[in-house]
Amino acid sequence: MPKRFETLSGIPVDPVYGEGPGPGEFPYTRGPYASMYRSRPWTMRMFAGFGSAADTNRRFGQLLDSGGTGLSTAFDMPTLMGRDSDDDWALGEVGKAGVAIDTLDDMATLFAGIDLGAVSTSMTINGPAAVLMAMYVAVAEGQGTPRAALSGTIQNDILKEYQAQKEYLFPPRPSLRLVTDVIRFTTAEMPRFHPVSISGYHIREAGSTADQELAFTLANGFAYVEAAVAAGLDVDDFAPRLSFFFNAHLDFFEEIGKFRAARRIWARWLHDRYGATDERSLRLRFHTQTAGVSLTAQQPEVNIARVAIQALSAVLGGTQSLHTDAYDEALALPSEAAARIALRTQQVIAHETGVTATADPLGGSAYVEWMTDEMERRAEAIFAHFDELGGGSMLEGVLAGIDNGWIVNEIADAAYQYERAVNSGERVVVGVNRYTDGEEPTADLLRISADVEAAQVERLVATRRDRDQPAVDRALAAIGRVAADPTLNQLPPMIEAVRARATEGEIVQALEAEFGTYVERAAV
Amino acid sequence: MSMARLKAPHGGPVRIVLAKLGLDGHDRGLKVVARMLRDAGCEVVYLGLRQTTDTVVAAAQQEDADLIGISMHNGGHSTLAPRMVEAARAAGVEAPVVVGGIIPPADADELRAAGVAVVLTPGASEADVVAAIAAALETTGGH
Repeated sequence: MPKRFETLSGIPVDPVYGEGPGPGEFPYTRGPYASMYRSRPWTMRMFAGFGSAADTNRRFGQLLDSGGTGLSTAFDMPTLMGRDSDDDWALGEVGKAGVAIDTLDDMATLFAGIDLGAVSTSMTINGPAAVLMAMYVAVAEGQGTPRAALSGTIQNDILKEYQAQKEYLFPPRPSLRLVTDVIRFTTAEMPRFHPVSISGYHIREAGSTADQELAFTLANGFAYVEAAVAAGLDVDDFAPRLSFFFNAHLDFFEEIGKFRAARRIWARWLHDRYGATDERSLRLRFHTQTAGVSLTAQQPEVNIARVAIQALSAVLGGTQSLHTDAYDEALALPSEAAARIALRTQQVIAHETGVTATADPLGGSAYVEWMTDEMERRAEAIFAHFDELGGGSMLEGVLAGIDNGWIVNEIADAAYQYERAVNSGERVVVGVNRYTDGEEPTADLLRISADVEAAQVERLVATRRDRDQPAVDRALAAIGRVAADPTLNQLPPMIEAVRARATEGEIVQALEAEFGTYVERAAV
Repeated sequence: MSMARLKAPHGGPVRIVLAKLGLDGHDRGLKVVARMLRDAGCEVVYLGLRQTTDTVVAAAQQEDADLIGISMHNGGHSTLAPRMVEAARAAGVEAPVVVGGIIPPADADELRAAGVAVVLTPGASEADVVAAIAAALETTGGH
């Protein structure tokens, strides 16, 4: 018997209301799919990672047991920056803000007991994304799951690293080669995997406005399309596997307008400018995370309300997956209890509020439609600037905007203006500049012991001791050779190297020898 | 809104070295603080990302800094902040060390015990930052 859709009071609800192009129809303003959450709710994908691979593996198990429907991996800073846990730079940061991964053995522990053919996994990593991708493939194949059966996402969005998150390793152009190598590899061998998650989240967290988040993110998306086409791919071969990642911030209707505008802009640009004809290339699909930067250390339980409202904007904006922040994140990494409340918040929205019964329930609202148009107009103005900077190439325009500091400055200016507004009291932050009375509850915070670092270094040393060193040396030499030849794909030698137990840091050093490093001009 | 203007005990503008210590790339907060302090009349030397205790000490010496501000959002503070204080003192730099970032209250107590002058966390206002720095400068009497 088909599921009936009706309100709490028994009033039947239609799949969609209103005139004009509906969800699942070009330009997809109202949603990428016709039936939206009626046929499938969004994926409740909770971002987690801390301590050792075994610690995070246990948290993954808890999240899946609590009804989480996908995994999302947070790596620690040394892993994100391509440094082994015993590197001088790693000191004090191992396992602190994510899980520490040095070798294939760690990656195997991270996903032990999880059927990678059945669960989709997202990995938030960028500079060394190709190396972690190689480890993921090798672990899955070790478990008996062929790479072609893997579904999931690797963030692999290097452009926003130079603009916002600042976790880059190499200069932009060789980094783009790594991105396009992952795109080429997945296009050929991993048809269910998303090779890039084009991310506005970090741009927004770094301080941008909503319209800047929208415009910079989509401009980066256009840049990847141009880079992959330049690498010899047809747009319809890879564009269906590009996905996006946006922030859900506090201004409810502005966020919904942003999400709707993103779909419309992408569809129009892919069709009109890049000649995509496959409908799947035109449909923008995105993950959302609530705004970490909006969380307050003061009266932290109030954050539960903020997160719920932000999550609702993502759902009303038609997100495909969602991470809800834990209320204690302005103080520490999420505790297990706080992470559970965050997941439960999504479950309340999905199962209790009725917002999933009809697609794009705010479509047709004069304000929401105006906001959607306004977001598109403002984004187009920024695209025109990039187009001019790049002499008709969005890729060159974005690279120029990185090189001349324009993007970073725009974001820093917006961050400062926001802070001024909070400081003057013009922008109210409950518990911070108004309603500041009340007990400050002492939350039960997650603490990562310094023992994690020592134990991780011990495991790393043991792996290095027990491996076939000449095989590792040969594999690393092959990585250098392939890096020097842009006609070759770097993934196959990386898979060989991780199987031989070359460490992440060793592979990154082999690439650095060829590509050099990137240092940002420090400016405020 | 008018801003309190900071003055160093030596009478001139306060010279402050600001840096992100370690691998952490979260620089939004530190950049905002840099601009706030400039508005408050300070001379800010912004070193930016991926600094070590050595590069910060060298800059503090070269710039004759009245205060060192470091920012860490990724949990490295427990290890790196005490080392920052030690490295400064070992080099004869007496400038107070201020730490900002995601610092749990229990860790903040430990950092203060290790010689960190002030710990600033998310939500610290411009007035909080300026007042904390003024207090830190007063305690040390400048250099």
